[in-house]
Amino acid sequence: MFEYAPAPESRSVVSISSSYGLFIDGDFEPAKEGGVFKTVNPADEEVLAEVASAGPEDVDRAVAAARRAFPGWSSLPGSERAKYLFRIARIIQERSRELAVLESLDNGKPIKESRDVDLPLVAAHFFYYAGWADKLAYAGFGPDPRPIGVAGQVIPWNFPLLMLAWKVAPALATGNTVVLKPAETTPLSALFFADVCRQAELPPGVVNIVTGAGDTGAYLVAHPDVDKVAFTGSTDVGREIARTVAGTGKRLTLELGGKAANIVFDDAPIDQAVEGIVNGIFFNQGHVCCAGSRLLVQESVFDLVLESLKRRMSTLRVGDPLDKNTDIGAINSAAQLARIRELSDIGGEEGAERWSPPCELPDRGFWFAPTIFTGVTQAHRIAREEIFGPVLSVLTFRTPAEAIEKANNTPYGLSAGIWSEKGSRILAVADKLRAGVVWANTFNKFDPASPFGGYKESGYGREGGRHGLEAYLA
Amino acid sequence: MTATAPIGLSDLRSYLHGLPGVDKVGVEARAAALGTRSVKTSSKAKAIDLAIRMVDLTTLEGADTPGKVRALCAKGRRPDPSDPSAPAVAAICVYPAMVPVAAAALAGSGVHLASVATAFPSGQAPLEVKLADTRAAVAAGADEVDMVISRGAFLAGDYAKVFDEIVAVKEACGGAHLKVILETGELATYDNVRRASWLAMLAGADFIKTSTGKVSVNATLPITLVMLEAVRDFRATHGRQIGVKPAGGIKNTKDAIKYLVLINETVGDDWLSPDWFRFGASSLLNDLLMQRTKLTTGHYSGPDYFTLD
Repeated sequence: MFEYAPAPESRSVVSISSSYGLFIDGDFEPAKEGGVFKTVNPADEEVLAEVASAGPEDVDRAVAAARRAFPGWSSLPGSERAKYLFRIARIIQERSRELAVLESLDNGKPIKESRDVDLPLVAAHFFYYAGWADKLAYAGFGPDPRPIGVAGQVIPWNFPLLMLAWKVAPALATGNTVVLKPAETTPLSALFFADVCRQAELPPGVVNIVTGAGDTGAYLVAHPDVDKVAFTGSTDVGREIARTVAGTGKRLTLELGGKAANIVFDDAPIDQAVEGIVNGIFFNQGHVCCAGSRLLVQESVFDLVLESLKRRMSTLRVGDPLDKNTDIGAINSAAQLARIRELSDIGGEEGAERWSPPCELPDRGFWFAPTIFTGVTQAHRIAREEIFGPVLSVLTFRTPAEAIEKANNTPYGLSAGIWSEKGSRILAVADKLRAGVVWANTFNKFDPASPFGGYKESGYGREGGRHGLEAYLA
Repeated sequence: MTATAPIGLSDLRSYLHGLPGVDKVGVEARAAALGTRSVKTSSKAKAIDLAIRMVDLTTLEGADTPGKVRALCAKGRRPDPSDPSAPAVAAICVYPAMVPVAAAALAGSGVHLASVATAFPSGQAPLEVKLADTRAAVAAGADEVDMVISRGAFLAGDYAKVFDEIVAVKEACGGAHLKVILETGELATYDNVRRASWLAMLAGADFIKTSTGKVSVNATLPITLVMLEAVRDFRATHGRQIGVKPAGGIKNTKDAIKYLVLINETVGDDWLSPDWFRFGASSLLNDLLMQRTKLTTGHYSGPDYFTLD
């Protein structure tokens, strides 16, 4: 193989402050109690910035600011709100190079993904919901749907800016105001977004961003003046939030974990299926709630698929997230790396066969080689628990009925994939899969017009598309 | 060596239709993704020299004359007169009538001489005419023959006829290498490209080639990707390595490097050589030379600094 010379994207395209405050009522301000935390670059463990840690009083102020902004924002004609959202979308496009670099620095994902997937989708999401803002009466939720009020939104670290867009765009389009808490390990792109809001001259208080750890989020979702809670993250935290919110009258949507089955039938387009398997589990280091983490292969093509998959995995380039040729970047945090290692070790102990291509990992930072386990059965923990890393469990099946049974035999139900050249089979199987998204002959494809959400312990409510408006309308 | 299919001719159809399908969306996405690889500095320099060494410098015009062909041969032997470190191209590709001229012009250079044959580009002639065309080209000094398959027969499902023709042409080639042009733009689907690739390989092709350059759709990255997968899988099952030649429409260095990336990440090292991969091109060479000069000198020279042959 000829080696590609390093092709790093320039880190200097984005300027990062040494410290960031909370974005409340249109201004950055320090936390009342002065708490700060550090956010690091997971690729080299260097501190990128110090960020204010919001305490209860800070959250109170943010919610109060959102409350004050609500009457004005919600009474604007939809076409006026749309102007702000279109403006935000355009600014994001104009500044997408800065944002892509920032996202890769803070999150560890490869620049080709932040540049070619995250940022285009973020802008598309704002454009899409900007288009709905003046058409809400025709969305199918009654002739005069009303906003709910103040939305408290808590988002994860795997797609920091994209998850922000999924939450903020529909909330603003429908006339709500928001208080958003980004994840502790990836606050920077949300704080950059605060600056985008100012650049777009969004009225103060419509978007407020409070950074901090789990406590900050817990306080936000429990806040009595928050009318609507939206959360994306782990099923454990989602359960806790559901308990907190129960009986309060708050509206709640949860987008939680997954253990998606990616089903490869013997009549699949094998080369493209292998691409789909790789994309399904190694995209974004496997930090994807809808990742195809359980591969179900029909036994008659198992050897062929496995051999092709191993060959393909050997070409994956792991390393510097800012290198334009990197396929797999850094694991987002030490804690996540520990969890991936623990579950992978358990996979080995339980008798599954572990394989990774030869690949050199950098000395500093958080890294995990792309890994597959074969000989996995439904009883293994790696087949049941969400690993949220670049680790694939490979299982086999004999008949379509068995594939469906195994695919559905999980507490989760966020997504699934089907690979077959036979259209009738795809439709018949998709019909029986209990998963919110079923991809056919592709995987991890996202579009703002398409609703996204889960069955069972993968959560409830839908984000994206016309359906995504419902969660923010009374 | 006369190739024999491991299967009876009557089974060709079920064999070819039993190959895994190709998903159009998936293969195009994969090719586009590989097209975003960033090949810079030292690796770009290596890639450019390799690409020059892989060029089948081609002229296939009704207006070709001995003078034109001699000039092209001189260019192929020494692409950059101002820089002797620039490598020679892989081959010169001409019509059979021009083979004697080219043979004389290339003598002793190590540059191969390819001739199109078999009623190029349509392939719509009786088999005897095609074979005579081939024998004449080889007799006049061509050591590589680029034949066209009968797309009409292929599309009509007469795989045996296509197979037999390739076998016959291969035999007529004698020691000359046979490149089989599938004319993928006329086969229309990726499934057909895969089937035609296998058909040609089973029949004894040394190379499979995308296009004549004479139809509206010529070489594309996804088509070449499908063909690379075919030669990779064929070697795994049949133990024989086959070359690949995209032709037509590859005009600049950026495009050429995308093809090298495709090889690099699909079939690997073994095909990264002029023995196993060629570009059928004419204007590509000057862009490669221009980029090469830019890399060595640090600045672009105008097109007037490169010979137009």
